[in-house]
Amino acid sequence: MSWFQRLKDGLQKTSEKISDQLKETFTARKIDDEVLESLEEILIQSDLGLKTSMDLVEKLRKTKLIFPDDKPAHEVVKAFLQEELVKQLEGAEEPLVFAPEEGQLLRVVLLVGVNGSGKTTTAGKLGAKAQAQGLKVGYGACDTFRMAAVEQLQEWAYRIDVPCYTLPQGSDPGAAAHRAVLQAAEDGLDVLFLDTAGRLQNKSHLMSELEKIYRVVGKALPGAPHEVLLVLDGTVGQNALSQVSAFQDVCEVTGLVVTKLDGTAKGGMILPLYTETNLPIKAIGVGEKIKDLDRFDAKAYTAGLLGIE
Amino acid sequence: MFENLSQRLTKIFDGLRHRGSLSEDDVRTAMREVRVALLEADVALPVVKDIIKDITTEAIGKEVLESITPGQQVIKIVHDHLVKLLGGEAQALTLQATPPVVIYMVGLQGAGKTTTAAKLALYLKEKQGKSVYMASTDIYRPAAREQLAQWGTQIDVPTLPIEAASKPLDIVKAGYKEAKLSGADVYIVDTAGRLHIDQDMMDEVKSLEKAVPGTEILLTADALTGQDAVNVATHFQEHLKLTGIILTRMDGDSRGGAALSMASVTGCPVKFSGTGETVDGFEVFHPDRVANRILGMGDVVTLVEKAAASIDEEEAKKMAQQMQSGTFTLDMMKAQLEKMSSMGGLGSMMNLIPGLGKMQDQLSQAGVDDKMVAKQIAIICSMTKKEKVYPKVLNGSRKKRIAAGSGTSVMEVNRLLKQFRDMETMMKRMKKMGKKGMMMQHLKDLFMPGPK
Ligand SMILES: Nc1nc2c(ncn2[C@@H]2O[C@H](COP(=O)(O)OP(=O)(O)OP(=O)(O)O)[C@@H](O)[C@H]2O)c(=O)[nH]1
Ligand SMILES: Nc1nc2c(ncn2[C@@H]2O[C@H](COP(=O)(O)OP(=O)(O)O)[C@@H](O)[C@H]2O)c(=O)[nH]1
Ligand SMILES: [Mg+2]
Ligand SMILES: [Mg+2]
Repeated sequence: MSWFQRLKDGLQKTSEKISDQLKETFTARKIDDEVLESLEEILIQSDLGLKTSMDLVEKLRKTKLIFPDDKPAHEVVKAFLQEELVKQLEGAEEPLVFAPEEGQLLRVVLLVGVNGSGKTTTAGKLGAKAQAQGLKVGYGACDTFRMAAVEQLQEWAYRIDVPCYTLPQGSDPGAAAHRAVLQAAEDGLDVLFLDTAGRLQNKSHLMSELEKIYRVVGKALPGAPHEVLLVLDGTVGQNALSQVSAFQDVCEVTGLVVTKLDGTAKGGMILPLYTETNLPIKAIGVGEKIKDLDRFDAKAYTAGLLGIE
Repeated sequence: MFENLSQRLTKIFDGLRHRGSLSEDDVRTAMREVRVALLEADVALPVVKDIIKDITTEAIGKEVLESITPGQQVIKIVHDHLVKLLGGEAQALTLQATPPVVIYMVGLQGAGKTTTAAKLALYLKEKQGKSVYMASTDIYRPAAREQLAQWGTQIDVPTLPIEAASKPLDIVKAGYKEAKLSGADVYIVDTAGRLHIDQDMMDEVKSLEKAVPGTEILLTADALTGQDAVNVATHFQEHLKLTGIILTRMDGDSRGGAALSMASVTGCPVKFSGTGETVDGFEVFHPDRVANRILGMGDVVTLVEKAAASIDEEEAKKMAQQMQSGTFTLDMMKAQLEKMSSMGGLGSMMNLIPGLGKMQDQLSQAGVDDKMVAKQIAIICSMTKKEKVYPKVLNGSRKKRIAAGSGTSVMEVNRLLKQFRDMETMMKRMKKMGKKGMMMQHLKDLFMPGPK
C-alpha cells in the first residue's frame, strides 16, 4: 500500500465527515455568511486553529469563485482551498538525509519532543530507512529516565541488528550522548540516532538538560548534531506552537516529524506551525510498524485534510 | 498571546455596568467571546456549540447582581456550566465489588496508561490501604511490559511475571488468577495503546473485558490533545463502557480543553489528573479548578495550595510579620525567589495566577524567566552579610565583585537592586493596604519588570 493510501485510509473517516459537511454547505452555489461560517467550523475541527481558519475563510470571502455547471460547488471550493493550503506549505516538504556529507565522519540525528509523542518509535523507523540505503546505523539511548526506555530502544536496534549504545538507567543523559557519539565514530558508523527522554516544554530544568545534551554532542563531535528532529504527536492541539518555540530556544531544531497520522486526527496544526516557523516536515508517522514512516507530501496531506479523492 | 476571557468580557461590558438584567444582545455578544476562549483552549467544536446553546438560554434575562459586573456574571454562568459538565465534584473510584476489583487502563498510544497505572496503584495502596496487583497486556510495544514491571518494583506492587509468548487474553486471565490467589483488593490491567478506529485492536480489548469484566474502565488521555479528543472518546465509549477519564500531562501548559470534550461526549467524569512523570504526579481531578484553567482565568486554588505546601508555617508567619512591619531585606527577597523556584518555577506559577499566564511571552522577551530567578539568587548569595543588610554600601567595586562571584554582570546586579527597592517600596505600601490581597498583589508586582 502506498503511503498516500495509508494516510488516506487513516484520514478517511473524518474526511468523509468533512466531505459531507462541505457537500451540504456548498450545494447552494454561492458563498454567503452561513456558508463561510460552516467552512470555518470544518477547518477549526481539524486543529488548524482559530486564526488560520479565520484567515482562510477571509481569503475565500474575498475571492470570486467561478462555479462551472459541470462541477459540484463543494469541489470547486475544495480545489480552491487545497491550492491555497499547498501554496502556504511551499518548502515544507524536505526529505531526510541520512548519509554523512562530504568530509563528515558520522551523521548524528537527535530526536526531541514532549512525552509520548513517538520519539523512540520514530528513531526505530528512521534507522531502518537509513539501513535500507546501505548505511551503517546505530542508536544512542539518552532517555535514561523513563522506565524501560533503554530496553525499548534496544529492541528496535535488535530488530535491524545494529548497535545500541547505552548507559544504565539513572545515568546522566549528557554522558550517555557523549559516549554514544564517540563509540559510534570509533565503530565507523555512518549515522547515529540519539533518542532522548520526553519533556514538557514548560519544565525549565528538563529544557536545560536538553540544552546540555545538545552542547555535549557538539563537543564530542564538532558540527553534531547534524539534524535535530522535533517529534510532534499528530493529535496535539493549540499547544503545538508553544512546544516548537520552546524546543527551538534550547537547540537548533532542523525539522519536524508528525506522528500518529493514521488516526482520525488530521494534523491541522502543521499548517500554522509551518507558516510560523518555516520548519520543514521531514517525515510523518502513519503507524507503529517499522515501515510506517513516510515523507510529508503537501498535496496528499491537504487532500486528506479536505477529503479530496 | 491571547487576552483572557474575563478581560475581553470586561471590555465588551464596560459601558453596560449595572443594567439590571442580561439582555439577549448582551448575551449573544458575550457568547462570541466565550466561543473563542473555548476553542483556543482546545475544546472540541461540537461541544463548544452545545455549551454555548445551553448557556445562552440560561443567561438571557438573568439579573446582574449588584456587586458584580455583567461580564463577571456571564463568566460565573459559564464557569458553573463547565464545572457541571466536568462532573461537578471530584469523583471517587468505584471499588465496591468482589475483590479483586478490576480496573482497566485504556487509551491511545503514548497517552500515559502505564505510568498512570503505577500512580493509581500507589495511590490505592497508600491512600486507601488496598493491596494491588498489576499486569500489562501490551505485547506490542517494545519493552512495554518491562516498563510496568519496573514500576512495580519501584513502588513495591507485584506484577504478573512476563512470559515471552503469552497472548493478551491469557495474560489478563492469568493476572486475575494471581491477583485473587494473592488476596489482592484491586487488579489493575494496563493495556496496549490503540487507535479508536483500529477495529481489530478495539475488538481485542473488548474481548479482554468480556473475559475479565472491569469495575472501572478508565480512558487515559493526554491534556495536550486537540479537536480529535471527541472522536477518540466517542469511539472508546462505543466499544467499552467507560467509567471515567484520567487526564495526563496536566503539568504542561495547555489549557486542557480535551477534558471538557471527552467528559461531555461520554458523560463520564474525569477522576484524576496526571501532573508529572514520577508517581507523585497524581491528583484527584477538581472540576472547578480546571474550568478556570480552560477559561484562562488561572487556578488560584492550586496556587494557594502549592504555596501553602512549600512554605512551612513558622517561616510563613515570620515572613508575614516582617512584611506587615514594612521591613524587607535582601535575605527575604532571596527566600521568596527560592520559594518560587521550589513551587515549579515562574512559568508554572504564572499559569496559575489570573491575568499573568498571558504575560509569559512578554516577560520572557524582557528576560524574566527561571534562569533570571536563579541568577538573582546567585547574586544575593554572593553578597556579604553587611551588604545584604545595608545595600546602600554597594559601590562600583563591590558590585563588580558580586557580579564576578555570581557569574553575572554589574548590570544584572543593578537590575536586582532596582527590583529590590521597588519591592521595598511596595512592602511599605502594602503595610498600609493591610493583609488582604497581599499575596496576589505582591506576586504580580514581583513579576512585573521595569518601572511601574
Ligand atoms: N498509531 C501510531 N502510533 C504511534 C506512531 N508513532 C508512535 N506510536 C506509538 O505511540 C506510543 C509512544 O511512542 P514512543 O516512541 O514510545 O514515544 P516517545 O516519544 O519515545 O515516548 P517517551 O519516551 O515515553 O516520551 C507507542 O505506543 C508507539 O507505538 C504512529 O505514527 N502511529
Ligand atoms: N509530564 C508528564 N508526563 C507523563 C504523565 N503521564 C505519563 N507521562 C509520560 O508520557 C510518556 C508515555 O507514557 P506511558 O505511560 O508509557 O504511556 P502509554 O503508552 O499510554 O502506556 C512517558 O514518557 C511518561 O513518562 C504526566 O502526567 N505528566
Ligand atoms: Mg521514548
Ligand atoms: Mg504502556
